[in-house]
Amino acid sequence: MQSTLQKSLAGFNDLDPGHHPWRQRLDSLLNIGVSAGADLVEVFLERTDHLGVLAEQDKITSVSPSFGMGAGIRVFRSGRDGFVSTNDLSDQGLEDALQQALAMLQLDTSTLASSGGFDGLGPLRDYGSSKNNWLGRTPDLLTITQRLLEGTDCLEKRGQHLDVRRGSFARDWQEVLVAASDGTFARDIRLHQSSGLSVLAADGEHRSSIARRYGSTDRPDDLCNWNVDASAQEVCDSAVKMLRADYVDGGQMPVVLANRFGGVIFHEACGHLLETTQVERGSTPFANSIGESIAHSAVTAIDEGMSGGAFGSISMDDEGMEPQKTVLIENGILQCFLSDRAGEMRTGHARTGSGRRQSHGFAAASRMRNTYIAAGPHSIDDLISSVDHGLYCKSMGAGSVGATGQFNFSVEEGYLIKNGELGQPVKGATLIGDAKEVMPRISMCADDLELAAGYCGSVSGSVFVTVGQPHVKVDSITVGGR
Amino acid sequence: MANAPLNVRSLQDQLQSLASREGIARWDLGASRSSSASVQVDRGEAKQLKASQRSSITIRVWNQQGLVGITSTSDLSDSGLEKALMGAYQASGFGNPDDVPGFSPLATAPEPDLHRPLQDAQGIQSLLIQLLDAEKQLLDRHPAIGTLPYNAMNEGSSERIYLNSEGALRQAQRTQASIFLMARAEESGRKPRSGGAVRIALGSRDLDLEGCINEAAERTISHLNYQPIDTGRYLVCFTPEAFLDLIGSFSSMLNARAVLDGVSLSKADSIGDQLAVPFFNLTDNGLHPAHVGAMPFDGEGTPTRALPLIREGCLENFLHSEATARHFGVKPTGHAGMGAKVSVGPDWFEVSRTPSMSTGADHLDHTTTPDSFVLIESLSALHAGVKASQGAFSLPFDGWLVKGGERISVEAATVAGDIRELLRSIVHLEPESVITHEGVSPYVWVDGLAITGEA
Repeated sequence: MQSTLQKSLAGFNDLDPGHHPWRQRLDSLLNIGVSAGADLVEVFLERTDHLGVLAEQDKITSVSPSFGMGAGIRVFRSGRDGFVSTNDLSDQGLEDALQQALAMLQLDTSTLASSGGFDGLGPLRDYGSSKNNWLGRTPDLLTITQRLLEGTDCLEKRGQHLDVRRGSFARDWQEVLVAASDGTFARDIRLHQSSGLSVLAADGEHRSSIARRYGSTDRPDDLCNWNVDASAQEVCDSAVKMLRADYVDGGQMPVVLANRFGGVIFHEACGHLLETTQVERGSTPFANSIGESIAHSAVTAIDEGMSGGAFGSISMDDEGMEPQKTVLIENGILQCFLSDRAGEMRTGHARTGSGRRQSHGFAAASRMRNTYIAAGPHSIDDLISSVDHGLYCKSMGAGSVGATGQFNFSVEEGYLIKNGELGQPVKGATLIGDAKEVMPRISMCADDLELAAGYCGSVSGSVFVTVGQPHVKVDSITVGGR
Repeated sequence: MANAPLNVRSLQDQLQSLASREGIARWDLGASRSSSASVQVDRGEAKQLKASQRSSITIRVWNQQGLVGITSTSDLSDSGLEKALMGAYQASGFGNPDDVPGFSPLATAPEPDLHRPLQDAQGIQSLLIQLLDAEKQLLDRHPAIGTLPYNAMNEGSSERIYLNSEGALRQAQRTQASIFLMARAEESGRKPRSGGAVRIALGSRDLDLEGCINEAAERTISHLNYQPIDTGRYLVCFTPEAFLDLIGSFSSMLNARAVLDGVSLSKADSIGDQLAVPFFNLTDNGLHPAHVGAMPFDGEGTPTRALPLIREGCLENFLHSEATARHFGVKPTGHAGMGAKVSVGPDWFEVSRTPSMSTGADHLDHTTTPDSFVLIESLSALHAGVKASQGAFSLPFDGWLVKGGERISVEAATVAGDIRELLRSIVHLEPESVITHEGVSPYVWVDGLAITGEA
């Protein structure tokens, strides 16, 4: 093993500048970068502590702790950037990474200017100071295993024809320190926890698999407050309804999407296309549509950083900026984009505190946080009764959007709507469409906005997000089926 | 060039010393280390240049009760290793007594001789120049092609290690390079269309840049003149890439771990069942010469080997870890990860036709047949549209409706079905096998698949 690395990391315990001379080290590093001619240098330091636990049937079958650390160094020069990530946080390791990033942009410290205009780091903005004890306040392994086994036991009591019962828990603790040559110096501690239940019901050739996840951030004792019994009941109810459901007949039809995770429609259909990352790539049809109508007037869409414990909440983004509440679409009119540092530089859209990354291994990019369609004036009955023949999507699965704005997502639990009333359950539906065409067709929003926890994968990795909406009606969309 | 290999003997001594101090008699370790450099460009300019050095170690320990615990870390310091070992020991108190992984009996067996010579890196500036040129060539192919929203050229090296307290010691290094080009084209009054291609090689000098550019251009241009398709049932031909994606999404039916967990379409007694038409064969062959990322052993140190999974339509083998193999009374197959609950997964699929067996539809050829059919080029949203434990799929696709040899790109459509029905509804495997970046397969023809379009 690399002896130098071992020695240099032996004293690495935390990123609190009060405990370690991080300010001096980062000051020095940033000065080197700026003096070499960089327009801006940014260092992202990270320490993580993860725990995953899985219960299957009535046993704990996996306990998987992991911990790590690393740095991501990004150098900007004339709109382009070089990014290097490393697990080596020694002085030499960080400088080597910086030199590599500089060299990518053909910047060389041998031609150092006497000073690159770096005025030193500003005062530390420490969003983590009140969170230092959060990791210790999370439930211990015994408590976690007991809660999960309680969950699988509830499934057994509530369910029918259950071949598989699973409960899962994940705790992601992350400490970050961000420093940049514009003076940014900020620290935060993030705590995301999620728990979930899933079942596979089987009876002869009939099968259904249903999963639900519950997630929060900044709530160390959240697992203790989880209503396991209610969650199990919800999962089992869905499983039994879907067990003998017929496959949906595909075609064009109106759909009503339930609240909470139904919000994935906006996330995939439009949210990604309002990230400056997409503007840079030339892959959004809305690049020049600020102030224009891009959605039905019933639609107001918001992305915000802080939503009281919601899964996508952040005290600061991964570039050290406080997150804003960003109204993306107001009454159908596009208001602004989600922007990160690179997005601001390359597209001119002001930063919104949306620079996010999975870990030090990724450069930050503009990403959604807690994204939702605002509540409207209607009742659920108003929406359902307005449909003669269509689909009610009670529970959504995952989705994605491609380079042309074509999006898709799966329907986990669906029901036919006939003559304005809910009918039989159906399965196997996938909704596909094009953002420009579908957004104007979201014509009705109910008054029951709720949020749901999820994960979003994109250019800067997988990040915690919230999707949400009230019940909404889409006048017409392609429902893939058999 | 590849990094200097890790000193595995030293690592083994270090862990043995730590374990002895803590009274831990049985342990094993898997480690990986990689370094890579990649570039992205945007309309003639470098967009982002990236490099990374990554390390990770996973340690498992067996406690006095024989239960297993595990911890992973990227902290390779003395204190990091010690913390990981102690974390694994703590986790072992929650080990599952009914499913205790052990050391693979093949962890010290001879390794296959994989000829994968390490290649020198060209360096990031060289990658940038080549990618800028590739982008220019692709943009010049058609006036409608305006951007390459997704593109990347990458080269790097990786290393994998496995060692255990009984003396197993394995180490392998690999270099790999790739290029990915995804073009976006748009014509006035028409929807944007896209097409992409990927190439992988042992080193960046070996990448087939021209082939990648040509394929991305052809695919993108071929989708410009699109039309909606009527909803209905169609004769469908899957490209090798699309079919490998589909079969890979349902690999749990070939996975012993999934069988034991009850989430597979197969049962423990399914070996010998007729899953597919008699002329269909499927082998997992991690040793295939075209498998650039091939490693000679899996996460438990078991040597990689070719494993027939479906022969003449019948299920012949499952993919196994040490624990699942022990349960089934067979040998591990070299498909394990490493974990408290060991995962099992495929390596490199080879789809082939039973030699000398006619399919009865030998007239079908995706380049010449006069029959009307849908040619599915690629499937999307596999993570969302596949229900592996149910056998169902409903997936958006890119492809063409082919009539009398003329290809018309299909606008926004999905294909849906059941994998078991699909395997029994294969009507033809074309004679030529195509090597892709994820496996080997011929074009595969299936009759009667449901397609939903906007028309």
